[in-house]
Amino acid sequence: MTAAIEFRDVSRLFGDVRAVDDVSFAIEPGEFFAVLGPSGSGKTSCLRLVAGFDAPDRGQVLLDGQDVSAVPPYDRNVNTVFQDYALFPHMTVLENVAYGPRVRGVNAATRARSAREMLDLVQLGSQGGRRPAQLSGGQRQRVALARALINHPKVLLLDEPLGALDLKLREEMQIELKSLQRRLGITFVYVTHDQGEALSMADRIAVFNKGRIDQLAAPRELYIRPRTAFVARFVGGANVAESALANIISGSEQPFAIRAENVAIQSEAVPAPPNTVSAPGSVLAVQYHGAASRWQVKLDAGEVWSALITEEKARALNGLTVGARVRLSWPRDAAVFLSASGGSS
Amino acid sequence: MIVRTVSTFFYRRPNGYLCLLLIPPLLWFGTVYLGSLFALLAQSFYRIDDFTAQVVREPTLATYRQLVTQPANVDIVVRTLIMAIAVTLACAIIALPIATYMARYARGRMKALFYVGVMLPMWTSYLVKVYAWRLLLAKEGIIAWVTAKLGLTGLLETALAAPGVGGPSLSSSYIGMFIVFVYMWLPFMILPMAAALERVPASLLQASADLGARPAQTFRNVVLPLAVPGIAAGSVFTFSLTLGDFIIPSVVGAPGYFIGMMVYVQQGTAGNIPLAAAFSVVPIVLIFVYLRIARRFGAFDAL
Repeated sequence: MTAAIEFRDVSRLFGDVRAVDDVSFAIEPGEFFAVLGPSGSGKTSCLRLVAGFDAPDRGQVLLDGQDVSAVPPYDRNVNTVFQDYALFPHMTVLENVAYGPRVRGVNAATRARSAREMLDLVQLGSQGGRRPAQLSGGQRQRVALARALINHPKVLLLDEPLGALDLKLREEMQIELKSLQRRLGITFVYVTHDQGEALSMADRIAVFNKGRIDQLAAPRELYIRPRTAFVARFVGGANVAESALANIISGSEQPFAIRAENVAIQSEAVPAPPNTVSAPGSVLAVQYHGAASRWQVKLDAGEVWSALITEEKARALNGLTVGARVRLSWPRDAAVFLSASGGSS
Repeated sequence: MIVRTVSTFFYRRPNGYLCLLLIPPLLWFGTVYLGSLFALLAQSFYRIDDFTAQVVREPTLATYRQLVTQPANVDIVVRTLIMAIAVTLACAIIALPIATYMARYARGRMKALFYVGVMLPMWTSYLVKVYAWRLLLAKEGIIAWVTAKLGLTGLLETALAAPGVGGPSLSSSYIGMFIVFVYMWLPFMILPMAAALERVPASLLQASADLGARPAQTFRNVVLPLAVPGIAAGSVFTFSLTLGDFIIPSVVGAPGYFIGMMVYVQQGTAGNIPLAAAFSVVPIVLIFVYLRIARRFGAFDAL
């Protein structure tokens, strides 16, 4: 099967900065693909290359097997939902949605009908006559979605589409976007810096770090077996022992990661359970989250690690407060060994 | 201590603070600015006694009747109006690419250079520029010389032979006057236009291209409608400045009177203050009409 999108050794430079650094990957048709990374990691630059707002300095971008590196955005069968929605302020909601067919020469009656259908699809059927400024953030988001979908693109690009919404609305929209994608069968490329969003929605995730892909994998794989320290920290919020710390703890320089929920905490006076690895330290802070609490512990070896303790286990830790001497321990097989960061996959 | 007490007093009474700040400028605005304008308007409802040459201070429409019934006066208004429309259109056409470049493409030093370049002429004396233009446009001036060197004298002569707008030389024709007007008011069109274009987010242009619009369609459907308030603001400047100016028509161009010159002559040598006042009402009325038309065409919808 031809890939919906393929990057072949793509680089994009801005002066000395390698925004995208020799990246190759392929996205299957119908896939929900997340591009995850912190700001400045090159994820938005990649999106711009797919949309056609920018051209690669080296390498090729292929859509449906065709090299489109030199094709302008208006000749690509790709549409974008922008981070700021980019709705036209001088047009009504209906005119915004009908814009794609309009510039492609579809007659007024037909495009108004399909715009209304699209507004119904995003449950805004009654808002067609309003201006974008009269809508709430969530409604604007839906208009942007309807406007992008009306051209029946093969690929929909979403640039941090939920970034401006509040938490509850975000969660609702996540579910809605996912079911919309399943129903329409369109390839979604979803750019985000929120690992929770990527993990919960995507079929596969590419984790970007300094213009390169550190790891490309399914969410569970990414969470359970991070390949690099960056992925372990950014996706799993895991504790990472780089070679120096690894040497102190386990006597080997091989870096490893331990997820916070695998770490147990005891008073230093209690001996470590058998078959575990442990590291001593003192409690720095305790954040109560209801079902669980996160304990920040400053290791004697220098780093601050965290342990996610369920409420049940936390009750056994009565008397341990900030400053208390403790021992962090974890099962020997919970350690995930890491390779150096920055390798493209 | 006393400062602190006063500060606290006003901090707790924001309205009092606002009054304190606003009353002086409002007094100035109300009395000097608007007051003098209304005094002027009131003058236009007086008339001059033909025998004594004294102003008769009774409300009458006689002066306005004189303005609209005497063909010479109507000619002046029409001539000025046509010039103002032509100058405004020319300024808009020239300013659009420059303002687009300044707002969308120029960066850093280039941008600063353009802004200074646009404003630089406004920092020189107005009179110097007008007289300089008279020399540039004169029969023996550099423009005629360059045209001759390029072998285009025939073209220049054809233009000057055009009925109505031509004349013996550029400096004594309406074409020359038009050139000077356009030069003088261009910055007033470029700056508001560039300001309007700068406010158009780049993502709107990307969205338009993303949805399939070619650059020309993006320009027509997105850029232009959003720039229109800036164009409208700029055109109010170029339009009203042309309607009211009296120096350019008296230094450069054909002998026909313009509204500004008429005001100058009537209130000065002729001593006919009511007619001068009535003439100065004309631009105000024309600009109101212009704004109404602009609004009818949706010029301010995007505000």
